[in-house]
Amino acid sequence: MTMASPLLQVRNLVVEFPTRRGALTAVDDVSFDIAEGEVLGVVGESGAGKSLTGAAIIGLLEPPGRVASGEIILEGRRIDTLSYEQMRRIRGKQIGAIFQDPLTSLNPLYSVGRQLTETILTHTDMTPTKARDRAIELLTEVGIPAPERRIDQYPHQFSGGMRQRVVIALALCVNPRLVVADEPTTALDVSIQAQIIALLKKLCREHGTAIMLVTHDMGVIAETADRVAVMYAGRIAEIGPVREVIKNAKHPYTHGLMGSIPAVGHDAERLEQIPGSMPRLTDIPTGCAFNRRCLHVHERCFKDRPDALPVEDSRVACWLYDSANAMSLDEAKRAVASKETGSVEQANV
Amino acid sequence: MADARMPTPAPGSVAVPTARPGLADGVHRFFDSDVWFSFKRSPITIGAAAVTLLYFVMAVFGPWIAPHDPFDLAKLDLLDSLIPPAWMADGEARFPLGTDDQGRDLLSAIIYGSRVSLVIGFASVLLSMVIGIGLGLISGFVGGAIDAFIMRMAEIQLSFPAILVALLINGVIIGYFKTHPEWQVDQVTLAYVVLVLSIGLSNWVQYARTVRGSTLVERNKEYVQAAHVIGIHPAMIMWRHILPNVMGPVLVIATIQLALAVITEATLSFLGVGVPPTEPSLGTLIRVGNDYLFSGEWWVTIFPGAALAILVLAVNLLGDWLRDALNPKLR
Amino acid sequence: MVAFIIRRFIQSLFVMFVVALVSFAMFQFIGDPVNQMVGIETSLAERAALRERLGLNDPIYVQFWHYIVNAVSGDFGLSYQHKRPVADMLLERLPATLELSLVSALFSLIVGIPMGVYTGLNRDGFLAKLFLTISLIGISLPTFLIGILLIFVFSVMMANAPPIPVFDLFTIYPSALQLPSFGRGTTVDIGSWRTGLLTTDGLKALIMPSITLGLFQLTLIMRLVRSEMLEVLRTDYIKFARARGLANRAINFGHALKNTLVPVITITGLQVGSIIAFAIITETVFQWPGMGQMFLLAVQNVDIPIMAAYLMLIAFFFVVINLIVDMLYYVVDPRLRVDAGKVSGHG
Repeated sequence: MTMASPLLQVRNLVVEFPTRRGALTAVDDVSFDIAEGEVLGVVGESGAGKSLTGAAIIGLLEPPGRVASGEIILEGRRIDTLSYEQMRRIRGKQIGAIFQDPLTSLNPLYSVGRQLTETILTHTDMTPTKARDRAIELLTEVGIPAPERRIDQYPHQFSGGMRQRVVIALALCVNPRLVVADEPTTALDVSIQAQIIALLKKLCREHGTAIMLVTHDMGVIAETADRVAVMYAGRIAEIGPVREVIKNAKHPYTHGLMGSIPAVGHDAERLEQIPGSMPRLTDIPTGCAFNRRCLHVHERCFKDRPDALPVEDSRVACWLYDSANAMSLDEAKRAVASKETGSVEQANV
Repeated sequence: MADARMPTPAPGSVAVPTARPGLADGVHRFFDSDVWFSFKRSPITIGAAAVTLLYFVMAVFGPWIAPHDPFDLAKLDLLDSLIPPAWMADGEARFPLGTDDQGRDLLSAIIYGSRVSLVIGFASVLLSMVIGIGLGLISGFVGGAIDAFIMRMAEIQLSFPAILVALLINGVIIGYFKTHPEWQVDQVTLAYVVLVLSIGLSNWVQYARTVRGSTLVERNKEYVQAAHVIGIHPAMIMWRHILPNVMGPVLVIATIQLALAVITEATLSFLGVGVPPTEPSLGTLIRVGNDYLFSGEWWVTIFPGAALAILVLAVNLLGDWLRDALNPKLR
Repeated sequence: MVAFIIRRFIQSLFVMFVVALVSFAMFQFIGDPVNQMVGIETSLAERAALRERLGLNDPIYVQFWHYIVNAVSGDFGLSYQHKRPVADMLLERLPATLELSLVSALFSLIVGIPMGVYTGLNRDGFLAKLFLTISLIGISLPTFLIGILLIFVFSVMMANAPPIPVFDLFTIYPSALQLPSFGRGTTVDIGSWRTGLLTTDGLKALIMPSITLGLFQLTLIMRLVRSEMLEVLRTDYIKFARARGLANRAINFGHALKNTLVPVITITGLQVGSIIAFAIITETVFQWPGMGQMFLLAVQNVDIPIMAAYLMLIAFFFVVINLIVDMLYYVVDPRLRVDAGKVSGHG
């Protein structure tokens, strides 16, 4: 993976919702890249802004939500400023999307084949007959048995897992360079989740498609993603290679998040829990958004918002890793990993 | 409204049927509420409320406001008939809106007519409300075969437009009084009774359905169950505990139904089966004036028509706003 | 599907039974029908004979049974007032009412659906808000008042308005725009069906009555389509259709509009019944020689046989239309077409 020319660049993205009492910032100064063929996992609690980031990239933020500032650049072309019509031509063709609930993602009144062919015909100049052949091919690819027969059936005749396969076929039908998958397995039975994720990953690998995988399921991320971004209260807390983030979490929030995941084979006495809950959008504190819950909080966390500091292969938005800090990197990592409150913050607060 | 701010009774503190909010508390809360807030913010609603209020004042104080008494046939002078409005060439200042074929001052006739229309409207809304709430409560609370029967009837009646049902009831009642001369009623009283009965009986279904729905929800709540267990009479439970909870939607329906009742009364009167021309309502005035439309005396029908339209529009706007204000889920 | 249709059919029979009961009860409530049918001079013996002949001495349930049997075979008795078979009188006037109702239903659908789609898609647009405001006024205006206003504008004012010269180019003669306001115009008999649809005159005569009759339904359909559109546009499959990059036209008029059709069909079906009933008012305003006008005269004269037969006929229309609506659901919604058991296993 070369970071030289990323497929997608998100720079300082801010998504706002104007309300009666002023604008709420739901995504706040988020930056990341996705390389060709890369799988980027985006995790966080509900309300952390991960789905909105995805929606902003495909240009389908629900009004009144809007991109207030920042840039989204796809293959060197800035796309956040495009008109609806220009963006429409990109959606489906260059960026595919998969939504959470396969039961409601398909129009109940049109056959699966019709929904596939209309998408193909929108973005290519294939003849209707060829589009139909392609649709059958796609259904075969996503593992739907007897596609020649199933193509003329309606969504309600498919099970949940089968429908999500159809949705994947729809998202990939004209070979987009990037797929934004927003909780693609959350609504499915646990037994089917793994199959769908494996299918998605396999297809994207075959076609060289990059994936932005939005989920709150760390297990899915661990299996699928190359890199992972952890979001908290509209901001990226930590972003880095998936092994680094999981095994060696650097941000206190990420660390707490990893501690709260049950793992087979680990005989932890009980799951760790981060005290408190994520602040509401109306109530995000100044400085670090995590400062009220952080075990390592110190004075600066209440004053300045932490920059995304490079730490090893990751970037971490935490003042513990600031070079101006008295602690060395190892000390900081140890402090985060320990359950006790560190020494730095005892001096303050 | 129905969000987490609503206090949820703690488990264990179930049997508190006496701790329901009282009326004064309710009034206080009203002016403190989102409803009042949304009223203040909507100029159209304020305008509609003002117009409605004006009609009510006109209805109540009509005899003191109106320049003439249009119901007093002795004072009418046929020489005054069909005088155009005051601002037109042949108009006279004593008849601001002109006169009708009987020489009645139209402004006074409209004031008195609104009074008639509103009285019949209110009475029939009250009637359908009492019937509808009663049947709805029984249906929801008792359930079973009685519920099925009432709701089936409601369904069938609902499939016929109210105006048709009203006409049928109207015809049957008039027929009844014709064939039973032992009932000594004068024509005007008869017309009032027939109108209130036919409009009232044709519009109870909506109340019954709404009240039944709310009753079904309330019936299974713990405070009702608790009241039941400690032996409070079912009628008392319905009256004290269930009824207050369904008053919101009932109020919305009643407002919209008032507009509908006024329209229905006007329609029936226009069709010639309503209020007689001796003491005309707005509908009767329009019916009478309709005959003069082609001969150029347009004011005889257009002014009462406008008065009717404005009244109904104002009440409808109020009802629309009330529905949205009491139910934020409907946008 | 067959089972569903059969169930609905049985429900329909039940509705018809109740309506027949109500119609029959009207006769009982009014008192002795013999008094309505004979004059003062008829002797007691003659009255008794008539009672016996009419079966009025039978037990009440036998009378009701005869009433139903007769009604099913199209015999609704004699009009008290006209002494003619009610069925014949209704049939003579049926075409006028049905043509009026049909044209106004079409009018309200053809104008109401596009307006609803428009207001749904441009919910904050100026024109959309204007439509909504006008529709509220439309709902507030009683049908008869709309008719009177139309007559006033298009018959009275147009007839009396002087010609309007437009610069020196041409002159508008408002009287040429004048519309007939009374009756059906020239009609043509096709068999026993008297139609006004085949002559210009007859079509012109239909314009104002059908607008009057259709306006309320139009506002209703517009508001319904609008709220359904707003609802559907929020669904996941519309969001997904956008994410697939489909053109707006395909999304709005293909995916969204089709999904609003089921409720629209339901309401339209229900409204056809009320159009026929509201025709009573429209027919009175425009002196349209239909069933409604006859029914109103029957109400005024307490001609119970006509009232009862009219009620049953309306109920019959209502029931038939509802059955048609049920079948239309199957055409529109594939979910109803297939048996539920056919869903494939997990994949």
